[in-house]
This record gives sequence, C-alpha cells and structure tokens, in this order.
Amino acid sequence: MSDSIAQASGAVAKAAEIMTLARCEGRVKVGQTEEAPRIGVFVCHCGINIGGVVNVPEVVKYSMTLPNVVYAEDNLYTCSSEGLNRIKEGIKKYNLNRVVVASCTPRTHEPLFRATCEEAGVNKYLFEMANVREQCSWVHMHMPKEATRKAKDIVRMAVARARLLEPRKDIEIDVRPAALVIGAGVAGMNAALRLANQGFKVYLVEREPDVGGMLKRLHRIYPTWQTASEVLEPMVRAVKSHKRIELLTSTIIKSVKGFIGNFNIIVDSMGKEVMFKVGTIIVATGAIEHEPIGLYGYGKYEGVITQLQLEEILRDGRLGMLKAVVMILCVEAREPNGRAYCGRICCATSIKNALLIKRASQETDVYILYRDIQAYGKELEEHYRAAREAGITFINYALDNPPKVLDEPFGRLKVKVYDVLLHMDIEIQCDLIVLSTPMIQHVHGKELSRMLKVPLGTDEFFLEAHLKLKPVDFATDGIYVCGTAHGPKDVSESVIQAYAAASRASIPMAIGKVRSEAIIASVNESKCMGCGLCKDVCRFGAIVMEGRRAKVMELLCKGCGVCAASCPSSSLIMRHFTDRQIIAQIDAALR
Amino acid sequence: MMDKGFEPKILVFLCNWCSYAGADLAGVSRIQYQPNVIPIRVMCSGRVDPRFVLEAFKRGADGVLVTGCHLGDCHYIDGNYMAEVRMRFLKECLEEIGLQSERLRLEWISASEGEKFAKVVEEMVEAVRKLGPNPLRSGGSNEGRDVKEKARGRR
Repeated sequence: MSDSIAQASGAVAKAAEIMTLARCEGRVKVGQTEEAPRIGVFVCHCGINIGGVVNVPEVVKYSMTLPNVVYAEDNLYTCSSEGLNRIKEGIKKYNLNRVVVASCTPRTHEPLFRATCEEAGVNKYLFEMANVREQCSWVHMHMPKEATRKAKDIVRMAVARARLLEPRKDIEIDVRPAALVIGAGVAGMNAALRLANQGFKVYLVEREPDVGGMLKRLHRIYPTWQTASEVLEPMVRAVKSHKRIELLTSTIIKSVKGFIGNFNIIVDSMGKEVMFKVGTIIVATGAIEHEPIGLYGYGKYEGVITQLQLEEILRDGRLGMLKAVVMILCVEAREPNGRAYCGRICCATSIKNALLIKRASQETDVYILYRDIQAYGKELEEHYRAAREAGITFINYALDNPPKVLDEPFGRLKVKVYDVLLHMDIEIQCDLIVLSTPMIQHVHGKELSRMLKVPLGTDEFFLEAHLKLKPVDFATDGIYVCGTAHGPKDVSESVIQAYAAASRASIPMAIGKVRSEAIIASVNESKCMGCGLCKDVCRFGAIVMEGRRAKVMELLCKGCGVCAASCPSSSLIMRHFTDRQIIAQIDAALR
Repeated sequence: MMDKGFEPKILVFLCNWCSYAGADLAGVSRIQYQPNVIPIRVMCSGRVDPRFVLEAFKRGADGVLVTGCHLGDCHYIDGNYMAEVRMRFLKECLEEIGLQSERLRLEWISASEGEKFAKVVEEMVEAVRKLGPNPLRSGGSNEGRDVKEKARGRR
C-alpha cells in the first residue's frame, strides 16, 4: 500500500510539475545551425544496470575519439538531478550545441534529457539518445565484451546522427476535455469520478451488465472489516447520478484510433454501435481469479472451493456449521517454473476469512497451509497476530512437497501435509478446503492491449511505462492504467492507483493542449518533379499538389515518413529522420 | 565460404510505436539474445526507403531486419503495408544482383512481443551465420566483384 501511496503522490507531484512547466511555455530556442557541431557525450552507468555489463569508462574514452565530440563523461545516474546538472554544466563549459546521452530507452527518458538541454539553451531536437540498456546491457548480460563493443557501435551511430540534427520547433495539438475509462470496477469508477469532478466528460464503459467488478462478489474487506457493499454503494450511486459520466454497461470496445488529444472510439453497446471522441484513456479492466482446475480435488469434490467462492458464501451467510476448514495458500502462484508472481492479497484475505469463520464459531478449527506469510505493512501484521491468538493454526509447507487431498467417507475430506517446521506429516480431517489462487488477466486483455497498442508483461498484466518513474502511464501518450488490470491489488491500492491515473490523465486535458513533435515532412521545391507519388501514399491527406510541386500541410502531417521513402527524387525531407541522418547511422553502424 | 568464427553484423530498423517498444520489452524482461544486431529507430516501417537497405548491404551489412507493427495495427494506418510491398520487391532485386534474399527479413513485432523480437533476432543471426559474410564486404573476392558488377549493370 505504501508504495501505491508513493505512486499516487508521485503522480500528483508530477501533475503540479508539468502544469508549472506548461505555464512557462514558449521559450523554444532555434538557432545553432550554422555553427560546427560540438557534441557532448554522457554515458550512464545506471547503477549496475549498464555499468555492470558494459565497460562504461571504455565507452567514454572511445566517444572522445569520435568526430565533433568535444567532451565525454560517465555518470552513475545521468537522469538524477546531479547527472542532469552535469549535462547543463557541460553545455556551458564546453559550449556544446549537440548532446548525446547513452543510457536507457528514449521511450521513457528522452523528454527529461530534452528538457534539460532546453534549460541550458540547446534546442531539444539537437539531443540524441543511445539506448545501451534495454537494447544492449539488459539483453547481453553475460557477454560484457560484446556488449561493450555494441555500446560503442550504438554511441558512434548516435554521434553520427547528432552531427546532422537540426533545431526544430514543436507543434501544438488541442486535447479534447473528455476521457474514456474502460472497466467500471472499483478502480474504473474512482478514476471516472475523479475526472468528472474536475469537470471532464467521462465515458465509463463496462463489459458486464452492471458496475462493481470483483468487489461485488466480496464479503468484508480488510483492513477495515467493512462489508464490500458499504464501500461499493456510495460509489455506484455517485457514478450513476453524475451528470458528466456517461455509463455504458454491456458494452465492448470495438476500435480505438488516433492519438493523445483525439482518440476516436467505437463501442458496441448492447448491439448498437456508438462512436465518440476523447482526449485520454484509462484502462481499468481488472482481473479474474485463476481457477485451479484439477488441483487439490477442485472440480471433483464439492467441499473444495476457491477463496473468492468462500467470499460469496460468507457474503450470503451460507457457510453453516463446520468442524474444520483448511486453507491452502500459493496455489499456482510463486512457482519459479510457472506463474511466478505473488498473488499479493491472498495472505491477508485468507487471514481475514479465517478470523471471520473463527469469530462466528469458536468450535470450528481453521488451518492455514502456507509457504510464506506476506503480511506486509502495519495493519496486516496485526491481523496475522490476531489470527494466531484466536487459535488459527498455521502450517508451513514446501513448494516441492505440497499438501495432498484425500477422499474420506461421508463427504468429508482429509488433507495430508508435511510440516517443514515440525519435520512431520500431519493429517487433518475437514469439511471445507479453500484454495487461494492469484488473480490473472482477463481473456480479453490481450485483444485490448493490441487495440490500444500498449504492452502486457510476461505475467500478462498491463505493463506500465516505468515501474518507478511512470507507474500509471503507458509508454503511449494519453493512455493510463489502474487497478488489478495492472497486477494483483487490494481495494485501497486500486483506489489509490485510480486517483493517480485520473490525476495523470487530467494534466493534458486541463492544459487543453499537448505539444507534438515537429517530426513532419517538408518539400525541397527545387528538386520536386511533381509526380504526386507522395500525395498518393499519404493516408492523412497531408500532401497537396500545387501546380507541379508537392506541398505539405503541416498540421495534418503525422510524421510517418512513408512519403519520403517513396519519393523518387529524394525531394521530400522527413524532418528529424532525414535520409542523410539515417544513412549516417547506417554508415556509422557498419564502420 | 563460411568464415571460421564469422560474426554477422545485422542492422535492424525498428518502428517507434511497436517494434522498438517490443525490443525494449525484451530488455525489461531480460530476455537474452545474440549481440550481432544493431538497432536503428524510425517512426514507421514505411519510412524504410529501399535505398537504406541497399546502402546497408553496400557498406557490408550481412543482414537487414525491418520490423514494424502488425498489419492492421500501424500507428499510421497502413505504413507497414507500404513496407511489405517495398521489401518484397527489394528481395527480388537482391536475388537478381546475387545477394541471397534471406539476408533481408521483414517481421511484425508488437510492443508486447519482447519474446518474439528475441526469437526473430536469434533466427536471423543463425540464418545469416549459415549464409556467411556479405560478399560485398570481402570486396576483393570474385563473388563480391560479381555482385558489384551486377548491381552496377542494373543502374
């Protein structure tokens, strides 16, 4: 939870920061073209992420030998405030007019380094990044020599390109003050409410006929012991009555097109096609409980259920009198060769439900068979202590010797488990076995990830742009994630993350504009033959023919460069990705 | 013709939106692959001018891998279709001038396909390793001269 709070406050702080930045817009410096390139190269160790594999000092030394490089140094973390200051100092001291940072991927860190260059008076388009982490040190971890050679190649290419970079000025795009929130569980509803309360129109889309998601199925939630409906009802009322929230239930997303500021959404709402436009998107599709089919007699014996099924039984008061209950934790979770991640909520949930059963009937014996108890934070540790004091028995089993469920007469069950602390087998007769399995991604997750062009991690949950720096952002601008779609979380963690996602999504909508890269095409009129091929291949109608000359409509150009690759006379110039720059990279790569 | 200890050099063009992110994901997931590939980021696979590929071979690349979003998923609607048409045509041209067309490969790799990126790289490195060095690289060999002459003839 604490890390989620950090996430949320980080998001808010970041929000304030960017808003301030936006206020001092309009100081883009263009210039420095005529001067000979003076390139500074900053090579990042990234702690041991790069430095542990690549010989960074050697790369620095090598950089100094490259043409137009007047200064090179290494930093422990180039992205730290100290590292950024080093860049600014380097620019001043050595009169740099081009900066190359060899570190991680431009997809996460380019904006930061560009801003730093701008602060020191170097146009941001004169900055170039050499990705020696994601595409070098992290993928060649056991080949330090080869990784160092490849890092030099990558830096040489970046320097070759930097030499030919030209200063440019950003283009501004309007952002529609409306958001799409996908999923109306506790995370989606909270994100929608936060945005709607800030005055933004919200389309809240839910696949199921009703809102509430997983929370609808729960009994009481830890650590407050409130019933789920107590938590849920006020939210549902607020969402349903909010004049700026358009709730679409039994609705699925059909297509998502466009960019931050202008997404075109098509949904299928109860068989009817609905279209709308939004500026930002929040993914809050949640997760489902993994079904342990065939394990521990699940599906074979009626008395073997999952923790979520127990929640529903407790919610409906259907439990009845039981002699003994056995809970088995880490079922198909934390398995090095299988589902490797921790279910996160299972320890606390089972302790809570065990206490509920025990408090309802002192006579019922409750056993919790665990591998490790992860009672993180203050409240959960207290519950754990309370559970032990209440007489709940905790038995430690090992991954390679899991408990076995045996058939007993008269519908009873028997669990045999090897207690690793007592070094002996224990047999427990019981009426109910409850299996804690981890949450997993929906079957529809993959399709949505493809539609939004955002990634899923190896655990199949939606993957944020950066675990620490952009915990609720995707690498694609204008799309954010919260709740269990991002990985197992409890209610409070989901709510905190929903607040953070809403806060992040509100930034571009509040400003009303995003700056877009000046990566657009232009025409060298003296070379253009007027064949019109570029006009034919452009899908955005950004090229018009004026007499025998092509002309680029700058606001319509999206910067793909398809036109430049088709021009027979090489008279279409794709700014920031010019033929000359790319060929210089090719040349440097193969030298 | 295979050099002993021949380490191919393969240039990879990655589109910014899908494949570059896919390659990053391979890194984030610590999926290990051979270091014979050198990345060049472009905004769209449709930006890859056939000339870039030819320049790469001319300068001695043993292989060129062009990667983009899956068909239908292009950030720019259909730039990747453009790439497909161009690379298919280019493969024929390569055969004609005597460079094996397997030295050029086009693959669709999404932002979520880190594993696929690593797999494609491994396959490509092995395939090119079997083909041996780009004949243009060993400029002096008969084969290299042959390819150069043929290429000149086509101009």
